[in-house]
Amino acid sequence: MSETVLVVDHVGPLVSVQDVGRPSYMRYGVPASGPMDRLSFAAANIAIGNPSYLSAIEVSMGGLTLDCVSGEVTFAIAGGGFIVQHADHRGGSWIVSTMRAGERLIIRPGHWGCWTYLAFAGRLSAPTWLGSASTHALSGFGGGRLEKAAALTITEAEVRSEREGAIPCPVGARPRSELKAVLGPQDRFFDAGTIETLFSAQYQLTDAYDRMGVRLRGPALSLSAPLSMPSEPIVRGSIQISGDGVPTVLLADHQTTGGYPKIATVVDADLDAFVQLRPRDNVTFRRITPEQAVEHARSRASVNRRYLAALG
Amino acid sequence: MKGRTELTASESAFPRYKAVAAHAVLVEFGEEIDDRVHARVLALDAAVCRFPFPGFLEVVPAYASLLVSFDPVVTDHRSVKAVLAKLGESADVWTAAPATHEVRVCYDEDMAPDLAAVSAVTGLSPEEVVNAHLAGDYKVYMYGFAPGYAYLAGVPEAIQRPRKEAAVRGIPSGSVLIAGPQCLVSTLTMPTGWWIIGRSPTAILDRRSDSRPFLFDVGDRVQFKRISRAEFEAGDTP
Repeated sequence: MSETVLVVDHVGPLVSVQDVGRPSYMRYGVPASGPMDRLSFAAANIAIGNPSYLSAIEVSMGGLTLDCVSGEVTFAIAGGGFIVQHADHRGGSWIVSTMRAGERLIIRPGHWGCWTYLAFAGRLSAPTWLGSASTHALSGFGGGRLEKAAALTITEAEVRSEREGAIPCPVGARPRSELKAVLGPQDRFFDAGTIETLFSAQYQLTDAYDRMGVRLRGPALSLSAPLSMPSEPIVRGSIQISGDGVPTVLLADHQTTGGYPKIATVVDADLDAFVQLRPRDNVTFRRITPEQAVEHARSRASVNRRYLAALG
Repeated sequence: MKGRTELTASESAFPRYKAVAAHAVLVEFGEEIDDRVHARVLALDAAVCRFPFPGFLEVVPAYASLLVSFDPVVTDHRSVKAVLAKLGESADVWTAAPATHEVRVCYDEDMAPDLAAVSAVTGLSPEEVVNAHLAGDYKVYMYGFAPGYAYLAGVPEAIQRPRKEAAVRGIPSGSVLIAGPQCLVSTLTMPTGWWIIGRSPTAILDRRSDSRPFLFDVGDRVQFKRISRAEFEAGDTP
């Protein structure tokens, strides 16, 4: 069985192993984790002929440099507008190529996007927790964060030359600055004017952005009633308002419950595009009804399904 | 500021069903930490687990509410709400009998950095604080915050303290923490604003187990047992 070994020469913060995540453990305090941008992650796997769920490396704007020390393997990079340098070639993400012993792969941020995915034609060896290699940032459980000098082993590594070339970047993986959101579930703590502000004002992503969530800057969303609620469950996409009126959108590694009210919830189908916005990018929230949200989820799921099927 | 009574009066009907994005319904049974409210949470939780509907993904119980998530390609809020309302009618028959777990605690001074402070404010001796903690009747209300963080309620009133003004960093896993009526045995090294009154070798979260990684189910009872430093150092096995 063919094995390929890559050694980490440089790695930024928040670069970790992710697979589809570990849903169904929220009742034990464990969020699903998994890729921040699930569509790009699936695209990377499918573009090299993998099942959509195999472990890959999520690369943040901190970037990643790998040296191939033995073997050879076809890889895909999908997500964001990153810069990819490999051997003598320099281009962007959304590419399938093959890496051989002695070659270096450099991934660094380009014009847009916060996250890109590096998948291999083979199996990336990584520890699992609760059946998933997804890394939970807070605990480090799962496949883990990449560290300088660490070796990555790809077992069953294959060269799939017929897969090499560009991957089309779908609309759903491009950054979106208008997000659809459903009011609530704890909107009762806010008056009509505050809710109107959320759905009309412009907000900006701040640097307080990691896999747990992103804090926004913009008009304060103050509570109209004294805060007294026991902690309630949180979902990926919850817009939580802290005591000082500052909104945070919770993401893949969110805490599972919280005592701050969630004024609205970004629809899940918009989150892959949302996380490709960068700090200081602007965002607005468009209010839709739960019925419209379901319609939107269905049409987005259908578009994504067709896109991924065409890649395979 | 609106009065709380007005707010409650206008929305007094529990259970209250709230749509969450495109893929979940939050069922609220009340707005306070209360054993009867929590019993309703547990009852619906058990019923949903027993009779999962088409498109069902996950149910998450909390103090006074329950989150039920679903695949929006398969179903929608209205259908899920109807299923939950129906399940709610006869739900309590499915509630599992709670298990009781023993959690071993060493209260030695260096493992209980806040024992003296709790003793000073309550006017009880450190020994009386320990005995009060041991005498509590604890129930697992929910997990939250981080993996394996089980929120227990049942701290006796005599030693209840509001949380500290500011969190203290780097508190080791296994710390036994109290705040208000709540008690928690931490599973990760994290900051906390709760009062640290002991340390436990009992693993609430077993990283190496995929079959039973979490010691408690929500609704279970917990009995704390005092152990010596030697027993603490001997580890998890009683």
